[in-house]
Amino acid sequence: MSATVRPVAINTFREAVRDRVLYNLVLFALLMIGAAILVGGVSIGIVQLVIINLGLSSISIFGLVMAIFIGVGLVYKEMEKRTLYSLLAKPIRRWQFLVGKYAGLLLTLVVNTAFMTLGLAAAFFYVGGHIERANLSVLTAIYFILLELAMVTALAMFFSCFSSPMLSTLYTLAIYITGVFANDIHGIGDFTKSPAVLGVTRAIYYLVPNFHDFNAIATAAHGDSIPFALIWQNSLYAALYILLLLIASSAVFSRRNLK
Amino acid sequence: MTAPAIEILGLTKDYPVGFWRPKMRRSLDNLSFQVEEGEVFGFLGPNGAGKTTTMKLLMGLIFPTSGTARVRGRAIDDIEMHREIGYLPEQPYFYDYLTARELLDYYAQFSDFSSVERRERVTRFLERVGLTAAADIQLRKFSKGMLQRAGIAQAILHDPPVVILDEPMSGLDPVGRREIRDIILDLKNQGRTVFFSTHILSDAEMLCDRVAVLAGGKLQGVGAPRDIVAMKAHAMEVLFEMREGRALPADLAAQVTKIGGRSRMTVPEDQLYLALEKLRGAEARILSVSPLHPTLEDYFFQLVGGARTKRGLEEISR
Repeated sequence: MSATVRPVAINTFREAVRDRVLYNLVLFALLMIGAAILVGGVSIGIVQLVIINLGLSSISIFGLVMAIFIGVGLVYKEMEKRTLYSLLAKPIRRWQFLVGKYAGLLLTLVVNTAFMTLGLAAAFFYVGGHIERANLSVLTAIYFILLELAMVTALAMFFSCFSSPMLSTLYTLAIYITGVFANDIHGIGDFTKSPAVLGVTRAIYYLVPNFHDFNAIATAAHGDSIPFALIWQNSLYAALYILLLLIASSAVFSRRNLK
Repeated sequence: MTAPAIEILGLTKDYPVGFWRPKMRRSLDNLSFQVEEGEVFGFLGPNGAGKTTTMKLLMGLIFPTSGTARVRGRAIDDIEMHREIGYLPEQPYFYDYLTARELLDYYAQFSDFSSVERRERVTRFLERVGLTAAADIQLRKFSKGMLQRAGIAQAILHDPPVVILDEPMSGLDPVGRREIRDIILDLKNQGRTVFFSTHILSDAEMLCDRVAVLAGGKLQGVGAPRDIVAMKAHAMEVLFEMREGRALPADLAAQVTKIGGRSRMTVPEDQLYLALEKLRGAEARILSVSPLHPTLEDYFFQLVGGARTKRGLEEISR
């Protein structure tokens, strides 16, 4: 990471760490995993499945809440509070500031996901789970969650460059939900005879990020393996999507007058 | 020949106003002037005159509609220009979860200092702006004056040859204003160029080698404070005493104010001799004749009055 981007990233991480809301989210995630232990205790025979399912879902949901709610304020807050004025007076380009902010939030998400993963592992071993080859699927599922969070963060930051946090949240949530059902939207196009509906569903399918393939929670909970091809395919897809969003954010933000 | 510290060349800035079919409002109109190396240069004008707009244009925070500017010969869109410049925004707001030491360390990372040099520099500048005792307190607990001092420290931390301060005295008590004045004079003594905006005219008269006056987005004048006010016609003040039993000439009576046993009269410079003739004819005893030097404040208020009667800025349709 360049000497200009790193301080911004570290400062963004520091801000998140000093933000009490963040601690609450982690605490809440740990409580959810605790609840999984209780549910697992009454569901004879499927203890580990329930714990992995609930644990991974908690990691995903709390990660998403953080990615969206912190992401939409990443740029907007700096503009609104005018902290950006002193910063951009230094020899830093606007795109470097954006990359720094993005990297900082990503680092925050990775650290939080790591803590939640530790919590999940603790719960897993608590109920007598032991390390098997199938557990690798759990780690892969967590990796997919992180890729998903990285894309959502880039989306939230993109909207944060030109709209208010409330609108950015709505836009990001709308695209996320559409992305989760991207395959179903594609399917609707297959069944229609209307060229207009087909065109619209295809356009949505190719425009919004397809989050469907990033959900490996059920596969991991059942101990099934995740194909290696899907891992690199998802990694490449996420990397390209994030790159495009960062370029778009940069193009918008570099022309923006800071009032 | 060295380039001017700041060179502003026909800067114009229009803002869209309104959501539906927005109109363009001109907040800065073809502004041109230069600030020379080593000068303390005051930028004066009422609220909404375009001072902050000019400074934000210089810092690349907003983009000009037309025109350009250079800092020490570098264009304002050249990222290297930012190494030569320090900037304090108007009513600065910093990351309030950081301590003053952390804030300065953060900004210092954008200059090419080693970590040892950075630490030493941060400590030195905290001391210079009088924040050593508060160095490890979060900024959210700082008073306005302390924030302003932290802001100045971050602006001069990398020893920039040009320092731009937007309303550095705004909202400060007399002690705080004096501290900022001392810092500005200190910077001048080090040979740095200081370009600062203010509407506190006594500060400008006290500190500035030259000033520029802006009203309604247009430049009204540039020069030494004394030259600026000299642009307007002078008046003369005549102090005199009337002898016992002698009456004041009737046509002068309206211009005379009596103070104790003396009379004071203000006349335009070109009517001075005529007025003196009349006073001599009335056998008045002339005590003194002195030119009236209007203050920068007089000039400023004259301008502001003019600008306000025009009711707002020029609007142009696009």
